[in-house]
Amino acid sequence: MHLSYREWWALIHGIIFGAFFLLAFSGGLAGLWSLRTEWVTAEGLRERVRRLKIGTVTMALAAWGTVITGTWIVYPWYRSKSPDSPKSKLTADPSTADWHEFGMEWKEHIAWIAPILATVAAGLVIYYGPYLARNRTVRNIVIGFFVAAFATAAVAGIFGALITKAAPVH
Amino acid sequence: MATPAEIAPQPPAPAPTSEAEPPSGPAAALILAGGIAVFCMGLVTTLGEASTGIADALQWNDRVGPLSGKTLITVIVFALSWALLTALWRQANPPLRSITIASAALIALGLVGTFPTFFQAFE
Repeated sequence: MHLSYREWWALIHGIIFGAFFLLAFSGGLAGLWSLRTEWVTAEGLRERVRRLKIGTVTMALAAWGTVITGTWIVYPWYRSKSPDSPKSKLTADPSTADWHEFGMEWKEHIAWIAPILATVAAGLVIYYGPYLARNRTVRNIVIGFFVAAFATAAVAGIFGALITKAAPVH
Repeated sequence: MATPAEIAPQPPAPAPTSEAEPPSGPAAALILAGGIAVFCMGLVTTLGEASTGIADALQWNDRVGPLSGKTLITVIVFALSWALLTALWRQANPPLRSITIASAALIALGLVGTFPTFFQAFE
């Protein structure tokens, strides 16, 4: 059982940051949904908002970490001109070319939308804090950005996993 | 003597709701900056596909290729628009709902611009 240097970076990019992102998303969504003045006490609200701030900021940082390591560390190995690179292997065979032409082309661009949307969600949570509990409009806006960040990351993550299965970075 | 209603456990006091909310300006700035940044990503992706000259200009790093320019431009546009709009709306109260709708429209256009079937049509 051995992972190469490149495989370690692919692991950090896809699994480590990805796991933090998923964990922060599920906790954050539940926290946002149930953050209502009629459901929590003043003391409970302070604690919930503090946890929500940590969760949304973690999610945004994980999203930035994922795209930065993916684009600037792993992607150059993927797109290398060498005949052994994943891109060269995929595009050499018409039956697998679409993994690059559609899958990777979509993934590499849509992935960068996730940290932007996650940053908007985290920024709104930090700015409004406890006011989120009483202002349903703002809470719904935050949930919208939060879910959109997850959806775009999910597209990138699913294609990343499938492309790695078809042509892994070694 | 206490009545049964007084003896029954009281629900916890709800969180206070009387303080005034902060101005919506800084929040609106962030929401609109997010929309502008996503639209920018879609625009540079499509422009890079439409013109080899633009694609070459976007190649800020040889190992990463045109994606380097696209992503760095998008991050710079996000940071600048966030800073400028925040400075502009710091104490203002722009309508958050309208700003969010405008941002959502920009995000939708940005998503179209980053969809391969769309941008590859400009090759």
